[in-house]
Amino acid sequence: MNPIIEVKGVGKKYLINHERGRYVALRDVLAGIIKKPFAFLAKKARQVTGMESREDFWALRNVSFDVQKGEVIGIIGRNGAGKSTLLKILSQITPPTEGEIILRGRVGSLLEVGTGFHPELTGRENIFLNGAILGMKRTEIAKKFDRIVEFAGVDRFLDTPVKRYSSGMYVRLAFSVAAHMEPDILIVDEVLAVGDAEFQKKCLGKMQEVTQKEGRTILFVSHNMAAVERLCKKTIWLEGGTIKQIGETKEIIDAYLNGQPIIGGKEATEKLANRADKKGPHFKGIDVSAIGGGPVKSDSRLHFKLEYANDTKGDIIDPQINIIVTDELTQKRVLFIDSAISAETLGEHIPSHGTIICETAPINLKAGRYSITVWLIAAGSNRDVLENIVQFEVTTTDIEKFNFRLQPGKDFPSNIISYTFKNK
Amino acid sequence: MSSPQPTAITVIRPKKLFHLKDLKEIWVYRELLYFFSWRDLKVRYKQTMIGALWAIIQPFVAMVIFSVFFGGLAKIPSDNVPYPIFVYTGLLFWQLFSDSLSEVSGALIANQAIITKVYFPRLIIPITTVITKFVDFSIASIILAGMMFYYHITPSWQAIIVIPILLIITAMCAEGLGLFLAAINVKYRDVRYILPYFIQLLIFITPVIYPGSIAGHYSKFLALNPMTGVVNNARAVLLGTAQVNWLQIGISVVGCAVLLFIGVYMFKKVERYFADVV
Repeated sequence: MNPIIEVKGVGKKYLINHERGRYVALRDVLAGIIKKPFAFLAKKARQVTGMESREDFWALRNVSFDVQKGEVIGIIGRNGAGKSTLLKILSQITPPTEGEIILRGRVGSLLEVGTGFHPELTGRENIFLNGAILGMKRTEIAKKFDRIVEFAGVDRFLDTPVKRYSSGMYVRLAFSVAAHMEPDILIVDEVLAVGDAEFQKKCLGKMQEVTQKEGRTILFVSHNMAAVERLCKKTIWLEGGTIKQIGETKEIIDAYLNGQPIIGGKEATEKLANRADKKGPHFKGIDVSAIGGGPVKSDSRLHFKLEYANDTKGDIIDPQINIIVTDELTQKRVLFIDSAISAETLGEHIPSHGTIICETAPINLKAGRYSITVWLIAAGSNRDVLENIVQFEVTTTDIEKFNFRLQPGKDFPSNIISYTFKNK
Repeated sequence: MSSPQPTAITVIRPKKLFHLKDLKEIWVYRELLYFFSWRDLKVRYKQTMIGALWAIIQPFVAMVIFSVFFGGLAKIPSDNVPYPIFVYTGLLFWQLFSDSLSEVSGALIANQAIITKVYFPRLIIPITTVITKFVDFSIASIILAGMMFYYHITPSWQAIIVIPILLIITAMCAEGLGLFLAAINVKYRDVRYILPYFIQLLIFITPVIYPGSIAGHYSKFLALNPMTGVVNNARAVLLGTAQVNWLQIGISVVGCAVLLFIGVYMFKKVERYFADVV
């Protein structure tokens, strides 16, 4: 039998300047032409003759795989590995630049639940509208209406505009519509990052039921390794736009988690050793690890080892260390660790050369990519900053354990965690 | 979803510009067309006090003002029919055109949340827009019927054939120009600032507030504007101001077909990378 999904040599190219598309004003283009007409012409000429190497960026390249009917395939990879691009191509939101995909069946995608919900319309109206957007016929929606409402548990609010729904109700209704679409191929991207723990369990259960009882094919993209492991037999690991590994889920996840969870520390330390211009208090080395080793998880504790030196005078007076963890996706600070407001501060002075150890409580961060910036402050003024010096990836969000209530479109709550500083 | 048939095979390849299959696909998705129109109509007048009456008030107020200043004070001729009904007939078609145009040109941007998440033929959105404008047109037509009754004007029997043709021309014209602007709007948002002025200027090269005959030999140039044929002939059949000018209708048909072709072409071109740009 033919595979239900055949992906053959698919690639997607972006022009860098297109990619992060703030819109261009016509004025800027015209002003550019008027100010530098020759530069503009020369640039155009180079583009036409192909002499200028354009800034191409392949988000996906040479991706090929087959999926048999009834298989549940997990797709994992770091942010920017091409997962979302692959799903967007599969769900026809954006066309591939090269290659071909054959889909033998109706495709439904849950790229983001609640797409097309209109806040002014009632729950009942939105079920029909959303169903139609997802490709259901009116008769089909009418037939499934009761089941959709029951699964979402919103029957009392059916005739209330959804703008008055709580975000939990909103998500439940949206997922419920999508889950009852019954496509042959279902594409799921991170839907499980929404709703409360109880509802997430229900969703996972629904997905399992869908595959086991009804033999449906699912492509499941997630950072939640526990969920991938539970649902998928086979997993594709994407990295840098290509397939790094494909095979048994367990094997792939182990390989994935053991591949560089924290990067940048070693390289940074080498670079820091060669800084000649720093005379005052400055960093000499940095090492970040999860306490207990291995990959960083949502409940991991981080261990920072910061080597420092002061080449001018003796002790460093009134030392202070700030460690800032930024979410790479949103560029928001998620953790702010300050030795001055720690339970045990560094004291009034520390020796001219040494190492500072900081250990945190569980970081409580959801799966994703983060970067670390460290500051060294002495006597109230900034002496050294290492911006985004180390990157690390949190690989699992064990939502059931934390019982977080994540909401779609809302940021993860800022964390307050405890930590200790020690001078060795 | 590729298509609602359960066993359908979808092949995803680098996109070609235009395919006959695209038209078939729109037909397959016709229910979505209905749902989008229904949504737009339903949402539009929510939280307004007088609701759909707005569709009447706009052209009605414009008619009153134009009648006072152009008909009453400036004494602009009106082909031997009372100026209010003369200008209202023009405004009715003009507003169908200008409202459709301005909304179609912003349609892609306004619906980007859906477009970047779900697949469906993108042309559904601008088509929906024009459909909802037809509803406004029908509502506003009630006033015209009332005025015809008041002034004792009986439309010609030809109206049954000519008016649908004129409506189709208007829709194609607005759709074509709108799609063209929508395509530009994706990259250059200047469109939304220019367009209101552009539409204000367009009304002067369309015989809405004055009769087409006033232009003398320049009327040939005026006829190149597809909306000229629409407005002139609408008056001819509804108010009996003149004979139906089939040549003018022919010119309008060609004009709007060209506009529509260019519009769809540009739209299709942008459609390919739209989800990557916004």
